[in-house]
Parts: sequence; C-alpha cells; structure tokens
Amino acid sequence: MTINDVQTILKATVVTQSLYENNEVLSGFVGDLLSVVMGKAKEQCAWITIQGHINIIAVGTLINVGCIIVTEGFKVDEDAIKKANEEDIVIMTTQLSSYEAAALLSRDGLE
Amino acid sequence: MNLHFDVEGGEFISAGVASSKVKKVLKQLAIQPEIIRKISVAMYEAEINMVIHAHGGVIDAEIMPDHVHVVLKDEGPGIENIELAMKAGYSTASRLAREMGFGAGMGLANMKRYADILQIESEPGKGTTVEITVKLYPEQA
Ligand SMILES: Nc1ncnc2c1ncn2[C@@H]1O[C@H](COP(=O)(O)OP(=O)(O)OP(=O)(O)O)[C@@H](O)[C@H]1O
Ligand SMILES: [Mg+2]
Repeated sequence: MTINDVQTILKATVVTQSLYENNEVLSGFVGDLLSVVMGKAKEQCAWITIQGHINIIAVGTLINVGCIIVTEGFKVDEDAIKKANEEDIVIMTTQLSSYEAAALLSRDGLE
Repeated sequence: MNLHFDVEGGEFISAGVASSKVKKVLKQLAIQPEIIRKISVAMYEAEINMVIHAHGGVIDAEIMPDHVHVVLKDEGPGIENIELAMKAGYSTASRLAREMGFGAGMGLANMKRYADILQIESEPGKGTTVEITVKLYPEQA
C-alpha cells in the first residue's frame, strides 16, 4: 500500500509537502507513548497517533516511519510540520479515531 | 570520530538533536539500518531522560570502526533504585512529560534491548551516567 493509498482510504489531509505519495507503507502501528512506538513499530509503518508535537518527528525519523497519521482531529504543531519537511516525513491528519483509521487500513489489507 | 553535545534541561522541543546527528553520520558511513536504529533509539531514550528527569547534561559519542560508544552524563537527581527504574512500566515522569507521550516507563527497557552493552551509574542527588555501546558489525564478532 502506498502513502497515497493511505490518504485516499482515510480521506486524510496531508499537512506536509507531499512528495512521497508513491512510497510504500508495509505495516500499521497505533501508539501514543513514544517509547512503546520506538520499541515496537516496524520500519516503513503507517504510525497512527493522537500526538501532534515535534517529538513525533524525532521518533518517526529514528524508526524510519512510512508516514504519520494524526487522528481525532488533533492539530499538528507548526514546528513539527517544518521539521517533518526537513526530514522528508509525511504527516496526515484525520477526524477519525485511531481505531477507525486502523480498521480502515486493515480492511484494505495493511498488516 | 568524536561528537560532543550539550543538552539543555526541560527542552522537550529540541531534544533528540544529538541522536539524530549521530544517526545521520552513521547513515553516511553506510551502516546497516537495523544497527543504526538500535543506536539511535537507545541514544534518544537516554537523551530524553536527561531532559525530562534531569536538567540536561552532556553527551559524548565516539564512532569507532567496529562500534559506537555513547556516554550521557547529567547532574540531575539521580536514580534511587536502578533495578526498579529498569522495570518496564516504571516511571516518575511529570504530567507535562506524559502529555507529550513520554512516561511509558519503557525507555530504559528499550536501551537495554537495543544496546549491546548498557552501563548505568547513578548517585541520588549527584547525577546519572549512562553508557551505551553498540557493535557495528555484530555478525563478525
Ligand atoms: N537521567 C535520569 N535522571 C534521573 N532519573 C532518571 C533518569 N533516567 C531515568 N530515570 C528514572 O527512571 C525511570 C524510568 O526511566 P524510563 O526511561 O524507563 O521511563 P520514563 O522516562 O519514565 O518513560 P519513557 O522512557 O517510556 O518515556 C524514570 O521515570 C525516572 O524515574
Ligand atoms: Mg525515558
């Protein structure tokens, strides 16, 4: 599944420069506690979280995240978006809950 | 190669600068991604701990031909009981830190898992020193 597919399935809004729509995501991970994400999320995963602050970029970079999906309508901080653009990380936002987002991606075949 | 960083306390925002710099250097050296992840996650966890539990400190990272050795030293409150602190789920993180997604109590557990050698020395009231060693080519060891 590509990042573009993720965006289409969730009808999400990409808030970063969208240059990487064709990159693949290989799995999904839901988590709001950063250490848990760093311990468990796989490379190139679609990371679903309610956290919208700059530390998600550090974590996303460390785990080579595929894209970050910020759910529940939470806002992504400006400095986080700026940093994400520097680090080539894609962030999208949605009003869906983390559960709904995960369920939709799962239904369309994301592990 | 030696890299030195001064880390400010309470700076949740810029925390992670040191580990992402080391990560970039290792990437340029074409080290395997899994190894880079081990080093940078372990180092980031220790760096964040310095910021949220102590008031910052200094980091020295030494990149050697076959391993990376990172020393993170703070003069914060220290850790009373290291064994207890190592337990997954144990955390004294502040509410503010928790709101930012820290405080799962998994940081030291992650460090232990990802570091090939982890040494923690701490004296209550004096500070904490964490040393992380990761081999760059473990299969040849
Ligand atoms: N540098 C330090 N100075 C003082 N106390 C520390 C330090 N590092 C860790 N601790 C203590 O050890 C506990 C466990 O640390 P650990 O990194 O495992 O969890 P955490 O930082 O609380 O949460 P998480 O890392 O999951 O976000 C901390 O809550 C804190 O009490
Ligand atoms: Mg921690």
